[in-house]
Amino acid sequence: MIIMEHVCKSYKIAKRNAGLSEACKALFCREYEVIHALSDVSFTIRDGEMVGYIGPNGAGKSSTIKILSGILTPDSGVVKVDGRIPYKNRMEHVKEIGVVFGQRSQLWWDVPVIDSFELLKDIYSIPKETYHANLEELTELLHLTELLRSPVRQLSLGQRMRCEIAASLLHSPRILFLDEPTIGLDAVSKIAVREFIKKQNELHKTTVILTTHDMQDIEALSQRIILIGKGKILLDGTLDDIKRGDAGIDETVAELYRAYDI
Amino acid sequence: MRESTRRLPNYTAPMIFKEVAGMKKYLSFFRLSFTMGLQYRAAALAGIVTQFAWGFLEILVFQAFYQAEPGAFPMTMSATASYVWMQQAFLALFATWMMENDIFDTIANGNISYSLCRPIRIYNMWFSQSTATRVSRAVLRCFPILIVAAFLPENYGMAEPASAWHFGLFVLTLVLGLFVTVAFSMLVYVLTFFTVSPQGVRIVFTSMVEFFAGAVIPLPFFPAGWQKVLELLPFASMQNVALRIYSGSMSGAQMERAVALQLIWLAVLLLLGSGLCRLAEKKVTIQGG
Repeated sequence: MIIMEHVCKSYKIAKRNAGLSEACKALFCREYEVIHALSDVSFTIRDGEMVGYIGPNGAGKSSTIKILSGILTPDSGVVKVDGRIPYKNRMEHVKEIGVVFGQRSQLWWDVPVIDSFELLKDIYSIPKETYHANLEELTELLHLTELLRSPVRQLSLGQRMRCEIAASLLHSPRILFLDEPTIGLDAVSKIAVREFIKKQNELHKTTVILTTHDMQDIEALSQRIILIGKGKILLDGTLDDIKRGDAGIDETVAELYRAYDI
Repeated sequence: MRESTRRLPNYTAPMIFKEVAGMKKYLSFFRLSFTMGLQYRAAALAGIVTQFAWGFLEILVFQAFYQAEPGAFPMTMSATASYVWMQQAFLALFATWMMENDIFDTIANGNISYSLCRPIRIYNMWFSQSTATRVSRAVLRCFPILIVAAFLPENYGMAEPASAWHFGLFVLTLVLGLFVTVAFSMLVYVLTFFTVSPQGVRIVFTSMVEFFAGAVIPLPFFPAGWQKVLELLPFASMQNVALRIYSGSMSGAQMERAVALQLIWLAVLLLLGSGLCRLAEKKVTIQGG
Protein backbone atom coordinates (compact mmCIF):
# COMPACT_ATOMS: atom_id res chain seq x y z
CA MET A 1 0.00 0.00 0.00
CA ILE A 2 1.39 3.34 -1.06
CA ILE A 3 0.06 6.50 0.50
CA MET A 4 0.99 10.05 -0.49
CA GLU A 5 -0.80 12.85 1.36
CA HIS A 6 -0.35 16.54 0.62
CA VAL A 7 3.21 16.06 -0.54
CA CYS A 8 5.13 19.16 -1.62
CA LYS A 9 8.60 19.46 -3.07
CA SER A 10 10.30 22.50 -4.52
CA TYR A 11 13.72 23.12 -6.03
CA LYS A 12 15.77 26.28 -6.07
CA ILE A 13 17.24 27.01 -9.47
CA ALA A 14 19.90 29.63 -10.19
CA LYS A 15 18.90 31.76 -13.17
CA ARG A 16 20.57 34.45 -15.20
CA ASN A 17 20.28 36.11 -18.59
CA ALA A 18 22.70 35.41 -21.42
CA GLY A 19 25.99 37.24 -21.74
CA LEU A 20 29.27 37.93 -20.02
CA SER A 21 28.16 40.92 -17.98
CA GLU A 22 25.20 38.96 -16.67
CA ALA A 23 27.52 36.09 -15.77
CA CYS A 24 29.77 38.50 -13.83
CA LYS A 25 26.79 39.97 -12.05
CA ALA A 26 25.71 36.46 -11.08
CA LEU A 27 29.03 35.97 -9.32
CA PHE A 28 27.99 38.43 -6.65
CA CYS A 29 24.27 38.37 -6.63
CA ARG A 30 22.59 35.23 -7.72
CA GLU A 31 18.97 35.14 -8.63
CA TYR A 32 17.05 32.08 -7.65
CA GLU A 33 13.74 30.86 -8.81
CA VAL A 34 11.76 28.38 -6.77
CA ILE A 35 10.21 25.64 -8.87
CA HIS A 36 7.33 23.77 -7.30
CA ALA A 37 7.91 20.26 -8.63
CA LEU A 38 5.11 18.86 -6.50
CA SER A 39 2.41 20.82 -4.77
CA ASP A 40 -0.11 19.03 -2.61
CA VAL A 41 0.07 15.63 -4.26
CA SER A 42 -2.13 12.93 -2.74
CA PHE A 43 -2.99 9.43 -3.89
CA THR A 44 -3.25 5.88 -2.61
CA ILE A 45 -2.19 2.74 -4.45
CA ARG A 46 -3.28 -0.69 -3.24
CA ASP A 47 -1.13 -3.83 -3.27
CA GLY A 48 -0.96 -5.55 -6.64
CA GLU A 49 -2.25 -2.55 -8.56
CA MET A 50 -0.72 -1.44 -11.83
CA VAL A 51 -0.79 2.33 -12.22
CA GLY A 52 0.21 4.52 -15.14
CA TYR A 53 1.58 7.84 -14.01
CA ILE A 54 1.44 10.29 -16.90
CA GLY A 55 2.03 13.95 -17.56
CA PRO A 56 4.15 16.21 -19.75
CA ASN A 57 7.89 16.67 -19.22
CA GLY A 58 8.67 18.47 -16.00
CA ALA A 59 5.29 17.71 -14.49
CA GLY A 60 6.75 16.03 -11.41
CA LYS A 61 6.64 12.35 -12.35
CA SER A 62 10.28 11.63 -11.68
CA SER A 63 10.22 13.63 -8.46
CA THR A 64 7.36 11.47 -7.25
CA ILE A 65 9.23 8.28 -8.10
CA LYS A 66 12.34 9.57 -6.35
CA ILE A 67 10.39 10.42 -3.23
CA LEU A 68 8.70 7.02 -3.20
CA SER A 69 12.01 5.25 -3.63
CA GLY A 70 13.60 7.17 -0.77
CA ILE A 71 16.09 9.22 -2.76
CA LEU A 72 14.44 12.59 -2.23
CA THR A 73 13.02 14.04 0.94
CA PRO A 74 9.76 15.95 0.42
CA ASP A 75 9.39 19.43 1.91
CA SER A 76 6.11 18.53 3.58
CA GLY A 77 3.37 15.92 3.55
CA VAL A 78 3.04 12.28 4.49
CA VAL A 79 4.57 9.46 2.48
CA LYS A 80 4.07 5.84 3.49
CA VAL A 81 4.99 2.73 1.55
CA ASP A 82 3.85 -0.46 3.28
CA GLY A 83 3.95 1.51 6.52
CA ARG A 84 7.52 2.69 5.99
CA ILE A 85 8.60 6.28 5.45
CA PRO A 86 10.96 5.90 2.47
CA TYR A 87 13.32 8.79 3.17
CA LYS A 88 13.54 8.11 6.92
CA ASN A 89 14.92 4.63 6.69
CA ARG A 90 16.31 4.27 3.22
CA MET A 91 18.19 1.00 3.78
CA GLU A 92 15.16 -0.91 5.11
CA HIS A 93 12.87 0.56 2.50
CA VAL A 94 14.88 -0.11 -0.65
CA LYS A 95 15.19 -3.83 0.12
CA GLU A 96 11.50 -4.15 -0.69
CA ILE A 97 11.36 -2.13 -3.89
CA GLY A 98 12.73 -2.41 -7.40
CA VAL A 99 13.43 0.65 -9.54
CA VAL A 100 14.18 1.07 -13.22
CA PHE A 101 15.16 4.48 -14.58
CA GLY A 102 14.81 4.18 -18.35
CA GLN A 103 17.34 6.91 -18.99
CA ARG A 104 20.07 5.58 -16.72
CA SER A 105 21.95 2.35 -16.33
CA GLN A 106 22.41 0.36 -13.16
CA LEU A 107 24.58 -2.34 -14.74
CA TRP A 108 28.35 -2.09 -14.56
CA TRP A 109 29.43 -0.96 -17.97
CA ASP A 110 32.64 -2.91 -18.55
CA VAL A 111 31.76 -6.32 -17.17
CA PRO A 112 29.37 -9.06 -18.35
CA VAL A 113 25.77 -8.67 -17.22
CA ILE A 114 26.02 -11.74 -15.01
CA ASP A 115 28.75 -10.05 -12.91
CA SER A 116 26.38 -7.20 -12.16
CA PHE A 117 23.69 -9.70 -11.20
CA GLU A 118 26.07 -11.55 -8.87
CA LEU A 119 26.98 -8.28 -7.21
CA LEU A 120 23.30 -7.41 -6.75
CA LYS A 121 22.81 -10.81 -5.15
CA ASP A 122 25.32 -9.85 -2.47
CA ILE A 123 24.07 -6.27 -2.15
CA TYR A 124 20.53 -7.46 -1.41
CA SER A 125 21.76 -10.55 0.50
CA ILE A 126 19.53 -12.72 -1.68
CA PRO A 127 19.65 -16.37 -0.54
CA LYS A 128 21.27 -18.65 -3.11
CA GLU A 129 18.15 -20.67 -3.97
CA THR A 130 15.99 -17.57 -4.34
CA TYR A 131 18.60 -15.97 -6.56
CA HIS A 132 18.88 -18.97 -8.84
CA ALA A 133 15.14 -19.48 -9.07
CA ASN A 134 14.60 -15.80 -9.88
CA LEU A 135 17.44 -15.66 -12.34
CA GLU A 136 16.16 -18.72 -14.15
CA GLU A 137 12.65 -17.32 -14.40
CA LEU A 138 13.78 -13.86 -15.50
CA THR A 139 16.17 -15.34 -18.06
CA GLU A 140 13.36 -17.33 -19.57
CA LEU A 141 10.75 -14.59 -19.60
CA LEU A 142 13.05 -11.84 -20.86
CA HIS A 143 15.11 -14.09 -23.17
CA LEU A 144 18.42 -13.25 -21.56
CA THR A 145 20.35 -16.48 -22.17
CA GLU A 146 22.45 -14.98 -24.94
CA LEU A 147 23.01 -11.68 -23.16
CA LEU A 148 24.20 -12.64 -19.70
CA ARG A 149 27.80 -13.23 -20.68
CA SER A 150 28.23 -10.10 -22.84
CA PRO A 151 29.69 -6.86 -21.50
CA VAL A 152 26.96 -4.27 -20.97
CA ARG A 153 28.56 -1.70 -23.26
CA GLN A 154 28.09 -4.06 -26.21
CA LEU A 155 24.36 -4.59 -25.74
CA SER A 156 21.76 -2.75 -27.77
CA LEU A 157 19.39 -0.47 -25.90
CA GLY A 158 16.57 -2.99 -26.06
CA GLN A 159 18.79 -5.80 -24.83
CA ARG A 160 20.15 -3.63 -22.07
CA MET A 161 16.71 -2.55 -20.93
CA ARG A 162 15.63 -6.18 -20.58
CA CYS A 163 18.69 -6.79 -18.43
CA GLU A 164 17.99 -3.64 -16.40
CA ILE A 165 14.47 -4.83 -15.65
CA ALA A 166 15.74 -8.26 -14.67
CA ALA A 167 18.34 -6.62 -12.39
CA SER A 168 15.66 -4.73 -10.52
CA LEU A 169 13.61 -7.88 -9.88
CA LEU A 170 16.28 -10.31 -8.67
CA HIS A 171 15.46 -9.65 -5.02
CA SER A 172 11.71 -10.25 -5.47
CA PRO A 173 10.57 -6.70 -4.63
CA ARG A 174 6.92 -6.20 -3.72
CA ILE A 175 6.79 -2.88 -5.52
CA LEU A 176 8.30 -1.99 -8.88
CA PHE A 177 8.85 1.59 -10.01
CA LEU A 178 9.41 2.01 -13.72
CA ASP A 179 10.46 5.46 -14.88
CA GLU A 180 10.04 5.51 -18.66
CA PRO A 181 11.06 1.87 -19.20
CA THR A 182 10.25 1.85 -22.92
CA ILE A 183 11.99 5.10 -23.88
CA GLY A 184 13.88 4.71 -27.14
CA LEU A 185 12.98 1.06 -27.66
CA ASP A 186 11.89 -0.44 -30.97
CA ALA A 187 8.45 -2.00 -31.41
CA VAL A 188 9.55 -5.56 -30.69
CA SER A 189 11.41 -4.65 -27.50
CA LYS A 190 8.55 -2.45 -26.35
CA ILE A 191 6.06 -5.26 -26.71
CA ALA A 192 8.41 -7.69 -24.97
CA VAL A 193 8.85 -5.33 -22.04
CA ARG A 194 5.11 -4.70 -21.77
CA GLU A 195 4.30 -8.40 -21.88
CA PHE A 196 6.84 -9.06 -19.19
CA ILE A 197 5.59 -6.34 -16.86
CA LYS A 198 2.07 -7.62 -17.25
CA LYS A 199 3.14 -11.16 -16.44
CA GLN A 200 5.17 -10.01 -13.47
CA ASN A 201 2.11 -8.28 -12.06
CA GLU A 202 -0.14 -11.28 -12.65
CA LEU A 203 2.24 -13.95 -11.37
CA HIS A 204 3.75 -12.28 -8.35
CA LYS A 205 1.15 -9.60 -7.56
CA THR A 206 3.92 -7.02 -7.77
CA THR A 207 2.62 -3.49 -7.45
CA VAL A 208 3.76 -1.58 -10.52
CA ILE A 209 3.98 2.17 -10.93
CA LEU A 210 4.94 3.22 -14.39
CA THR A 211 5.70 6.62 -15.83
CA THR A 212 5.76 6.97 -19.58
CA HIS A 213 5.07 9.21 -22.52
CA ASP A 214 4.10 6.26 -24.64
CA MET A 215 0.35 5.97 -24.43
CA GLN A 216 0.40 2.48 -25.92
CA ASP A 217 2.25 1.45 -22.75
CA ILE A 218 -0.64 2.77 -20.71
CA GLU A 219 -3.23 1.18 -22.95
CA ALA A 220 -1.51 -2.20 -22.75
CA LEU A 221 -0.74 -2.15 -19.07
CA SER A 222 -2.66 -0.11 -16.63
CA GLN A 223 -6.22 -0.12 -15.50
CA ARG A 224 -5.65 3.06 -13.58
CA ILE A 225 -4.17 6.38 -14.67
CA ILE A 226 -2.93 9.24 -12.57
CA LEU A 227 -2.38 12.44 -14.53
CA ILE A 228 -0.01 15.02 -13.10
CA GLY A 229 0.66 18.49 -14.48
CA LYS A 230 2.61 21.42 -13.03
CA GLY A 231 3.08 19.46 -9.82
CA LYS A 232 -0.62 18.83 -9.20
CA ILE A 233 -2.70 15.68 -9.57
CA LEU A 234 -5.27 16.53 -12.23
CA LEU A 235 -6.99 13.24 -12.74
CA ASP A 236 -7.12 9.85 -11.09
CA GLY A 237 -9.23 7.31 -12.92
CA THR A 238 -9.38 4.59 -15.54
CA LEU A 239 -8.59 4.78 -19.21
CA ASP A 240 -12.25 4.41 -20.08
CA ASP A 241 -13.08 7.47 -17.97
CA ILE A 242 -11.08 9.74 -20.22
CA LYS A 243 -11.77 8.12 -23.58
CA ARG A 244 -14.32 9.84 -25.73
CA GLY A 245 -15.83 7.95 -28.62
CA ASP A 246 -13.41 6.55 -31.14
CA ALA A 247 -10.54 8.96 -30.51
CA GLY A 248 -7.16 7.22 -30.29
CA ILE A 249 -5.28 7.17 -27.03
CA ASP A 250 -2.72 9.78 -28.13
CA GLU A 251 -5.43 12.21 -29.23
CA THR A 252 -7.32 11.63 -26.00
CA VAL A 253 -4.30 12.45 -23.89
CA ALA A 254 -3.33 15.45 -26.01
CA GLU A 255 -6.89 16.71 -25.61
CA LEU A 256 -6.55 16.18 -21.87
CA TYR A 257 -3.29 18.15 -21.70
CA ARG A 258 -4.93 20.98 -23.62
CA ALA A 259 -7.99 20.96 -21.43
CA TYR A 260 -5.85 21.31 -18.31
CA ASP A 261 -3.51 23.78 -20.02
CA ILE A 262 -0.33 21.89 -19.15
CA MET B 1 3.06 -23.39 -11.49
CA ARG B 2 5.65 -20.64 -11.70
CA GLU B 3 4.19 -19.09 -8.59
CA SER B 4 6.18 -21.43 -6.41
CA THR B 5 9.50 -20.90 -8.14
CA ARG B 6 9.84 -17.33 -6.88
CA ARG B 7 10.40 -17.21 -3.17
CA LEU B 8 10.70 -14.18 -0.99
CA PRO B 9 14.14 -13.69 0.52
CA ASN B 10 14.38 -14.84 4.08
CA TYR B 11 15.33 -11.97 6.34
CA THR B 12 14.94 -13.81 9.64
CA ALA B 13 18.60 -14.83 9.96
CA PRO B 14 20.08 -14.04 13.39
CA MET B 15 21.82 -10.70 13.86
CA ILE B 16 25.34 -12.08 13.66
CA PHE B 17 24.73 -13.52 10.21
CA LYS B 18 23.21 -10.24 9.18
CA GLU B 19 26.43 -8.47 10.14
CA VAL B 20 28.53 -10.93 8.16
CA ALA B 21 26.21 -10.59 5.16
CA GLY B 22 26.46 -6.81 5.62
CA MET B 23 30.22 -6.96 5.14
CA LYS B 24 29.89 -9.35 2.25
CA LYS B 25 28.32 -6.84 -0.12
CA TYR B 26 31.25 -4.47 0.25
CA LEU B 27 33.70 -7.32 -0.27
CA SER B 28 31.86 -8.16 -3.49
CA PHE B 29 32.22 -4.55 -4.50
CA PHE B 30 35.91 -4.79 -3.78
CA ARG B 31 36.18 -7.94 -5.86
CA LEU B 32 34.37 -6.49 -8.88
CA SER B 33 36.31 -3.22 -8.84
CA PHE B 34 39.55 -5.16 -8.37
CA THR B 35 38.94 -7.40 -11.39
CA MET B 36 37.92 -4.36 -13.41
CA GLY B 37 41.16 -2.62 -12.47
CA LEU B 38 43.21 -5.59 -13.63
CA GLN B 39 41.86 -5.16 -17.17
CA TYR B 40 43.94 -2.09 -17.96
CA ARG B 41 47.22 -3.63 -19.07
CA ALA B 42 48.34 -0.84 -21.41
CA ALA B 43 47.84 1.78 -18.72
CA ALA B 44 49.88 -0.33 -16.32
CA LEU B 45 52.74 -0.67 -18.80
CA ALA B 46 52.77 3.09 -19.40
CA GLY B 47 52.71 3.61 -15.64
CA ILE B 48 55.69 1.32 -15.11
CA VAL B 49 57.76 3.19 -17.70
CA THR B 50 56.86 6.54 -16.14
CA GLN B 51 57.68 5.32 -12.65
CA PHE B 52 61.11 4.04 -13.76
CA ALA B 53 61.95 7.33 -15.44
CA TRP B 54 60.73 9.33 -12.48
CA GLY B 55 62.52 7.10 -9.97
CA PHE B 56 65.90 7.35 -11.76
CA LEU B 57 65.51 11.10 -12.11
CA GLU B 58 64.83 11.55 -8.39
CA ILE B 59 67.70 9.33 -7.37
CA LEU B 60 70.13 11.17 -9.62
CA VAL B 61 69.04 14.49 -8.11
CA PHE B 62 69.43 13.17 -4.56
CA GLN B 63 72.82 11.67 -5.52
CA ALA B 64 74.02 15.04 -6.74
CA PHE B 65 73.07 16.65 -3.43
CA TYR B 66 74.52 13.77 -1.46
CA GLN B 67 77.90 13.91 -3.18
CA ALA B 68 78.08 17.67 -2.61
CA GLU B 69 77.49 17.46 1.17
CA PRO B 70 76.83 13.97 2.65
CA GLY B 71 76.80 15.35 6.22
CA ALA B 72 73.78 17.55 5.53
CA PHE B 73 71.65 14.56 4.53
CA PRO B 74 68.89 13.73 7.06
CA MET B 75 68.61 10.14 5.73
CA THR B 76 71.34 7.84 4.43
CA MET B 77 71.61 7.67 0.66
CA SER B 78 70.67 3.99 0.67
CA ALA B 79 67.53 4.73 2.75
CA THR B 80 66.64 7.59 0.40
CA ALA B 81 66.99 5.33 -2.64
CA SER B 82 64.80 2.66 -1.02
CA TYR B 83 62.26 5.37 -0.18
CA VAL B 84 62.14 6.54 -3.79
CA TRP B 85 61.77 3.05 -5.29
CA MET B 86 59.11 1.97 -2.81
CA GLN B 87 57.28 5.17 -3.52
CA GLN B 88 57.38 4.55 -7.27
CA ALA B 89 56.35 0.91 -6.88
CA PHE B 90 53.35 1.71 -4.67
CA LEU B 91 52.48 5.05 -6.25
CA ALA B 92 48.96 3.89 -7.09
CA LEU B 93 48.21 3.24 -3.42
CA PHE B 94 48.95 6.77 -2.32
CA ALA B 95 48.65 9.16 -5.25
CA THR B 96 45.68 11.34 -4.37
CA TRP B 97 45.51 12.73 -7.87
CA MET B 98 44.44 9.28 -9.04
CA MET B 99 40.77 9.45 -8.21
CA GLU B 100 37.75 7.50 -9.29
CA ASN B 101 36.30 9.46 -12.17
CA ASP B 102 33.34 7.11 -12.09
CA ILE B 103 32.36 8.50 -8.74
CA PHE B 104 32.53 12.13 -9.86
CA ASP B 105 30.50 11.25 -12.96
CA THR B 106 27.80 9.46 -11.06
CA ILE B 107 27.29 12.54 -8.87
CA ALA B 108 27.41 15.05 -11.71
CA ASN B 109 25.01 13.20 -14.01
CA GLY B 110 22.67 11.80 -11.39
CA ASN B 111 23.36 8.10 -11.87
CA ILE B 112 23.90 8.04 -8.14
CA SER B 113 20.12 7.60 -7.87
CA TYR B 114 20.53 3.91 -8.66
CA SER B 115 23.03 3.47 -5.84
CA LEU B 116 20.67 5.26 -3.48
CA CYS B 117 17.92 2.79 -4.43
CA ARG B 118 19.92 -0.09 -3.00
CA PRO B 119 20.40 -1.30 0.55
CA ILE B 120 23.99 -0.11 0.58
CA ARG B 121 25.90 2.63 2.35
CA ILE B 122 27.27 4.99 -0.29
CA TYR B 123 30.34 5.73 1.82
CA ASN B 124 31.28 2.08 2.31
CA MET B 125 30.61 1.30 -1.32
CA TRP B 126 32.91 4.05 -2.59
CA PHE B 127 35.49 3.22 0.02
CA SER B 128 35.77 -0.40 -1.12
CA GLN B 129 35.66 0.67 -4.75
CA SER B 130 38.54 3.13 -4.44
CA THR B 131 40.58 0.79 -2.27
CA ALA B 132 40.14 -1.96 -4.85
CA THR B 133 41.14 0.23 -7.77
CA ARG B 134 44.26 1.41 -5.97
CA VAL B 135 45.28 -2.11 -4.95
CA SER B 136 44.69 -3.50 -8.44
CA ARG B 137 46.77 -0.74 -10.01
CA ALA B 138 49.57 -1.22 -7.51
CA VAL B 139 49.59 -5.00 -7.98
CA LEU B 140 49.96 -4.57 -11.73
CA ARG B 141 52.75 -2.03 -11.41
CA CYS B 142 54.83 -2.83 -8.34
CA PHE B 143 56.61 -6.09 -9.23
CA PRO B 144 58.74 -5.02 -12.23
CA ILE B 145 59.84 -1.93 -10.32
CA LEU B 146 60.64 -3.79 -7.11
CA ILE B 147 62.57 -6.53 -8.92
CA VAL B 148 64.69 -4.17 -11.02
CA ALA B 149 65.31 -1.84 -8.07
CA ALA B 150 66.49 -4.78 -5.96
CA PHE B 151 69.27 -5.54 -8.44
CA LEU B 152 70.55 -1.98 -8.81
CA PRO B 153 73.92 -1.16 -7.14
CA GLU B 154 73.96 0.17 -3.58
CA ASN B 155 72.86 3.77 -3.07
CA TYR B 156 71.00 3.59 -6.37
CA GLY B 157 68.72 0.61 -5.80
CA MET B 158 66.49 -0.74 -3.08
CA ALA B 159 68.13 -2.10 0.08
CA GLU B 160 66.75 -5.02 2.08
CA PRO B 161 64.40 -4.04 4.90
CA ALA B 162 66.19 -3.06 8.11
CA SER B 163 64.89 -6.23 9.83
CA ALA B 164 62.04 -8.76 9.68
CA TRP B 165 60.31 -6.71 12.36
CA HIS B 166 60.67 -3.59 10.26
CA PHE B 167 59.25 -5.44 7.27
CA GLY B 168 56.19 -6.61 9.23
CA LEU B 169 55.60 -3.11 10.49
CA PHE B 170 56.10 -1.81 6.94
CA VAL B 171 53.28 -4.00 5.63
CA LEU B 172 50.96 -2.94 8.46
CA THR B 173 51.65 0.78 8.01
CA LEU B 174 51.38 0.43 4.24
CA VAL B 175 47.82 -0.87 4.66
CA LEU B 176 46.98 1.79 7.26
CA GLY B 177 48.47 4.46 5.00
CA LEU B 178 46.35 3.23 2.11
CA PHE B 179 43.22 3.46 4.26
CA VAL B 180 44.11 6.98 5.40
CA THR B 181 44.66 8.02 1.77
CA VAL B 182 41.34 6.53 0.68
CA ALA B 183 39.51 8.05 3.66
CA PHE B 184 41.00 11.40 2.73
CA SER B 185 39.99 11.21 -0.91
CA MET B 186 36.52 10.14 0.26
CA LEU B 187 36.19 13.67 1.65
CA VAL B 188 36.72 15.01 -1.87
CA TYR B 189 34.03 12.69 -3.27
CA VAL B 190 31.57 13.57 -0.55
CA LEU B 191 32.18 17.31 -0.88
CA THR B 192 31.37 16.96 -4.59
CA PHE B 193 27.80 16.25 -3.52
CA PHE B 194 27.62 19.85 -2.36
CA THR B 195 29.64 21.57 -5.10
CA VAL B 196 28.59 19.39 -8.11
CA SER B 197 31.88 20.04 -9.93
CA PRO B 198 34.86 18.29 -8.32
CA GLN B 199 37.55 20.51 -9.85
CA GLY B 200 38.02 23.12 -7.12
CA VAL B 201 38.05 20.84 -4.10
CA ARG B 202 40.12 18.32 -5.97
CA ILE B 203 42.92 20.69 -6.98
CA VAL B 204 43.26 22.19 -3.50
CA PHE B 205 43.27 18.80 -1.80
CA THR B 206 45.62 17.00 -4.11
CA SER B 207 48.26 19.72 -4.30
CA MET B 208 48.23 19.98 -0.52
CA VAL B 209 48.61 16.23 -0.12
CA GLU B 210 51.38 15.83 -2.70
CA PHE B 211 53.56 18.35 -0.93
CA PHE B 212 52.84 17.58 2.72
CA ALA B 213 52.71 13.80 2.44
CA GLY B 214 56.32 13.46 1.36
CA ALA B 215 55.45 12.60 -2.23
CA VAL B 216 57.69 15.30 -3.66
CA ILE B 217 60.54 15.04 -1.15
CA PRO B 218 60.61 12.86 1.98
CA LEU B 219 59.52 14.70 5.14
CA PRO B 220 62.97 14.52 6.84
CA PHE B 221 64.24 16.86 4.14
CA PHE B 222 61.95 19.64 5.33
CA PRO B 223 63.33 22.24 7.82
CA ALA B 224 63.17 20.91 11.39
CA GLY B 225 60.40 23.25 12.53
CA TRP B 226 58.22 22.44 9.55
CA GLN B 227 58.86 18.77 9.95
CA LYS B 228 57.58 18.75 13.53
CA VAL B 229 54.24 20.20 12.43
CA LEU B 230 53.97 18.19 9.22
CA GLU B 231 54.47 14.90 11.04
CA LEU B 232 51.32 15.55 13.08
CA LEU B 233 49.11 16.23 10.05
CA PRO B 234 47.05 13.49 8.35
CA PHE B 235 49.22 13.75 5.24
CA ALA B 236 52.18 12.28 7.13
CA SER B 237 50.04 9.23 7.92
CA MET B 238 49.78 8.27 4.26
CA GLN B 239 52.97 7.07 2.52
CA ASN B 240 55.52 8.69 4.82
CA VAL B 241 55.29 6.15 7.66
CA ALA B 242 55.55 2.92 5.67
CA LEU B 243 58.32 4.12 3.36
CA ARG B 244 60.48 5.37 6.22
CA ILE B 245 59.93 2.33 8.38
CA TYR B 246 61.05 0.07 5.55
CA SER B 247 64.31 1.91 5.14
CA GLY B 248 64.87 1.96 8.91
CA SER B 249 64.99 5.73 9.20
CA MET B 250 62.61 5.92 12.16
CA SER B 251 63.43 5.11 15.79
CA GLY B 252 61.29 2.77 17.91
CA ALA B 253 59.49 5.59 19.71
CA GLN B 254 58.96 7.44 16.44
CA MET B 255 57.41 4.34 14.88
CA GLU B 256 55.02 3.84 17.80
CA ARG B 257 53.90 7.43 17.60
CA ALA B 258 53.52 7.26 13.82
CA VAL B 259 51.30 4.14 13.98
CA ALA B 260 49.19 5.71 16.74
CA LEU B 261 48.78 8.85 14.63
CA GLN B 262 47.78 6.75 11.62
CA LEU B 263 45.05 5.06 13.67
CA ILE B 264 43.81 8.35 15.08
CA TRP B 265 43.69 10.09 11.70
CA LEU B 266 42.02 7.09 10.10
CA ALA B 267 39.28 7.16 12.75
CA VAL B 268 38.83 10.94 12.41
CA LEU B 269 38.67 10.87 8.61
CA LEU B 270 36.27 7.90 8.57
CA LEU B 271 33.89 9.56 11.04
CA LEU B 272 34.03 12.90 9.28
CA GLY B 273 33.57 11.39 5.82
CA SER B 274 30.72 9.05 6.66
CA GLY B 275 28.98 11.76 8.68
CA LEU B 276 29.18 14.22 5.80
CA CYS B 277 28.06 11.51 3.40
CA ARG B 278 24.89 10.83 5.38
CA LEU B 279 24.16 14.53 5.52
CA ALA B 280 24.68 14.76 1.76
CA GLU B 281 22.37 11.82 1.11
CA LYS B 282 19.58 13.64 2.94
CA LYS B 283 20.10 17.04 1.36
CA VAL B 284 21.23 16.13 -2.08
CA THR B 285 19.43 17.04 -5.28
CA ILE B 286 19.69 14.43 -7.97
CA GLN B 287 20.90 16.07 -11.17
CA GLY B 288 18.99 15.45 -14.39
CA GLY B 289 15.41 14.27 -14.96
